[in-house]
Amino acid sequence: MNRVVSVLAPLALIALLLAAWEAACRWTGVPIYRLPPPSLVVLALGKNTALLAQSAWNTFAMALISLAVASVTACTIALAAALNGVFERAVRPLAVALQVTPVIALAPLFQIWAGIDHPKTAVVALTVVVAFFPIYSGAVSGLRSADPDLQRLFDLYGATRWQRLTRLLIPSAVPFLLEGHKVAVGLSLVGAVVAEFAAGSGGSQGLAWRILEAGNHLQTDKMMAALLVLAVMGGALHTLFQVLERRALIWWRGR
Amino acid sequence: MTSAVAASLEAVEVDYPGRGRALGPISLTVGEGEIVALVGPSGCGKSTALRLLAGLEGPTRGTVRRAAGRGETSVVFQAPTLAPWLTAAANVALPLDLAGVDKGEARSRAGEALKAVGLGAARGAKPAQLSGGMAMRVSLARALVTRPKVLLLDEPFAALDEITRRALADDLLTLWAELKPAIVFVTHNVEEAIYMASRVLVMTSGPGTLGGETSIDAPTPRPAGFRATEPFRQAAEAVSNQLAVAMRGAA
Repeated sequence: MNRVVSVLAPLALIALLLAAWEAACRWTGVPIYRLPPPSLVVLALGKNTALLAQSAWNTFAMALISLAVASVTACTIALAAALNGVFERAVRPLAVALQVTPVIALAPLFQIWAGIDHPKTAVVALTVVVAFFPIYSGAVSGLRSADPDLQRLFDLYGATRWQRLTRLLIPSAVPFLLEGHKVAVGLSLVGAVVAEFAAGSGGSQGLAWRILEAGNHLQTDKMMAALLVLAVMGGALHTLFQVLERRALIWWRGR
Repeated sequence: MTSAVAASLEAVEVDYPGRGRALGPISLTVGEGEIVALVGPSGCGKSTALRLLAGLEGPTRGTVRRAAGRGETSVVFQAPTLAPWLTAAANVALPLDLAGVDKGEARSRAGEALKAVGLGAARGAKPAQLSGGMAMRVSLARALVTRPKVLLLDEPFAALDEITRRALADDLLTLWAELKPAIVFVTHNVEEAIYMASRVLVMTSGPGTLGGETSIDAPTPRPAGFRATEPFRQAAEAVSNQLAVAMRGAA
């Protein structure tokens, strides 16, 4: 399959579906609060560009701040776990419990802790919880992934604990860390939106709030415009991190 | 035989918890600058013997003597065991770096070691960019860069094709002639053992004990066409017979 076809095929499918949707709306005369035609969604997007851009930025910023906080905490704890088996054993069930508890169930608790005046804090904290696990488990497996024969060589050469950590364990973990962060990026966006919904207040002013607000006013076109922005943002972020991961791997192993 | 002893196992036994006896009782001596090959069926404890000689593991009973001090023993494994994130030169320099040798000096010695194995041009390449044979040469350069007194090779060429394997065997003997380390060489391959070693020890299978010993009377590095000579053929036959006996013991 050549490049042009592979780029055009999904675009053609989207165009086809949109055309069918537009035609169906016009023929059936379905009320626009129930299903607005794509043309109206585009108009809504045009009318609310500034507001949607600002909201997208808020969601994006909350996701990225959470990602950064999750990355630092997860890597620090994973490092301690890699150096101390007892600590790793102690942390494991807690990390798993945090991972399997649906974030939406934690939301009310976090809201109480953050206080009614700081909805953003609650959203960020919840998103950190969501993004923590993939980074943590990636870092723990990565720090353990060093080639056992290479470990033996480090023994043979009389490497110190510090040398072993910085020259062997951490470099070996790089591909796992990249993968963990890539997964966490996607999850942090999901987490930010879910947390914003759960917070249920306009204090965070992200895309989820735009969707809730438009839904409450039966402005379905605006709601879909916000969804569209969210999907595009998620796709862009995913692609960006995929490219970054590939670049970093090429740098790491030379091809 | 050379007079000074580089390393020896004396009535050594190794038990692994849950698996029982892995090796021994076995006694063997490696003289300074001597090349000894250990041949035996899989699971006979060859690699365990090598780890004992390297000091990577202790015996359950018996005594291991090693004349080489810290940093004077090198090991080459079956896989090249290179750090994928480091260039060939950095991989070779690693033992020196870890021993605290000055960075510039480590780099230049690594460069020389790479040149000695014929990879002077590949110093900036990472392991993923090298062929299997080239990666093995880098591994060999890393083992030799510390100018070891004892060099332990655990089936180093097993994963390579016959042509590469023979070229590396000759290169290894040439390098040996320069530094004269004692070499202990574990292999499945009888011909390779005879080609490389001045003494071939056959191990019986599980738990490994010594099943026979054959001295190879020929100059090292080997003369051209050594594989076709009568002494080579006779040694091959002797070692093969010992190996057959050793295997029968297992069955």
